[in-house]
Amino acid sequence: MRRYSAWAILREGLRLHRGWPRVWENPETRAAYDVVIVGAGGHGLATAYYLGKNHGITDVAVLEKGWLGGGNTGRNTTIIRSNYLQDPSAAIYEKARSLYETMSRDLNMNVMFSPRGVMMLAQTEHEKRGYLRIAEANALQGVSTEFISPRRVRELVPMINIHGPRYPVLGALWQPRGGTARHDAVAWAYARACSGMGMHVIQQCEVTGIESRGGRVSAVNTSRGTIRCNRLALVVAGHSGRLAEMAGFRLPIESVALQALVSEPVKPMLDVVVMANTVHGYISQSDKGELVIGGGADGFNNYTQRGSFHHIEETVRALCETFPAIGRLRMMRQWGGIVDMTGDRSPILSKTPLAGCYVNCGWGTGGFKAIPGSGWAMAELVANDAPGPLAAPFSLSRFREGRFIDESVAAGVAH
Amino acid sequence: MLILTCPHCGIAADETELAPGGEAHLKRAGPEASDVEFEAYMFARRNPLGVHFERWRHAMGCGKWFIAARATDTLEVFGTYPARTEAPPADLVRRIRRKRPEWEGLP
Repeated sequence: MRRYSAWAILREGLRLHRGWPRVWENPETRAAYDVVIVGAGGHGLATAYYLGKNHGITDVAVLEKGWLGGGNTGRNTTIIRSNYLQDPSAAIYEKARSLYETMSRDLNMNVMFSPRGVMMLAQTEHEKRGYLRIAEANALQGVSTEFISPRRVRELVPMINIHGPRYPVLGALWQPRGGTARHDAVAWAYARACSGMGMHVIQQCEVTGIESRGGRVSAVNTSRGTIRCNRLALVVAGHSGRLAEMAGFRLPIESVALQALVSEPVKPMLDVVVMANTVHGYISQSDKGELVIGGGADGFNNYTQRGSFHHIEETVRALCETFPAIGRLRMMRQWGGIVDMTGDRSPILSKTPLAGCYVNCGWGTGGFKAIPGSGWAMAELVANDAPGPLAAPFSLSRFREGRFIDESVAAGVAH
Repeated sequence: MLILTCPHCGIAADETELAPGGEAHLKRAGPEASDVEFEAYMFARRNPLGVHFERWRHAMGCGKWFIAARATDTLEVFGTYPARTEAPPADLVRRIRRKRPEWEGLP
């Protein structure tokens, strides 16, 4: 792996850019690895990276059914924040947010992290009380957020309509250190770093079965043959339920479609992320000038990566009311991703009934922001066969024990 | 857009007219149930890629509950029947088997 630097660009510029190596290797599979990770999205690759970086485990393969970062990593609205109500959530999301701050330097690749600030609008009295409570909780957790007045909202986002007829803005929960990052670059940067440590990132390799011997995982069957492994990590978001079925257990997860859309590019008009959870819409402006818009998830199980049209309609209607200036923008693209929803809307990082097999799933509609923290915690779990402090509360057994980490009330739909 | 025919009032209802109610044919854990059984009833869900049975309510119509047999990979609807049914009707099961020979059936 050659380091990226100003000097490297200058040198390659003089050589007509003929000396750049592949960003990551495209290796043939070996017969066996110490750790096999299923899913080369952000979470899977981050798990591999921190296994190597923090625990010195580099005999790792990351298997991907499609292409690298082509699932929800490439389909989200790239929002990064950590203003959660419950302590375990705040801990892991804040860890992730802080790792995003230094990610470009750590991975020697520009992931375009932009701490532009995330604003969650309070548009009903109930929501306002909820956000005041979260602001207090965040103060105790060491997460820097504040509840700001409508006047301050207006200063930060001049185009906002504070006095909407149905949903006036009563204030907002403001996290100045939240923001966005380039989602593809995050996957690419981790893949490059993993490849640089000698790990195998194998694309177009679908897992079709999981073998065990004496209650312990022994191999995975794939479209490229059987691969033996000592430890197996399932990090596949929407398809977690299917992989769990192959491993012989069930998860408290249902897969639904969540949609996003982007507008035509326009001049800079919005330099923070605005989320309006009562009306199910969130919006930010990309560096290309497109408005990136997300909405609510469907209410029924679906694997088609298409969502229902009425959700787009509701999202756009709400945003047009809040930002009248965007009313005549045309939308360019719309797409869906399959998100894995748990009962308490919190993720699962856990050992499973099958020894040597670990799951990292259930991030639902909010996985992108958690990628580095999730990878960090998951690597700890896989390396030590025991969760560290970040992962421990997110065990599979919490559903049996009634130890929920209930973010469904705190985070609303936009998660 | 998902369109389901309400078996009670016969209306082909658009999903905006309906409220989803989650997995159908769950067996309620009784008072003597263990923690594991109760967890399975409350939280563990079949999340199949393919044939799925699901509860819906005709919320903006007759207000009654029914069950829809759907494919989660194509959004194809195989049929609907009233929710006061312990198992899917035999003719519906036959129809699904014809279309989806790989379907393993309900446990």
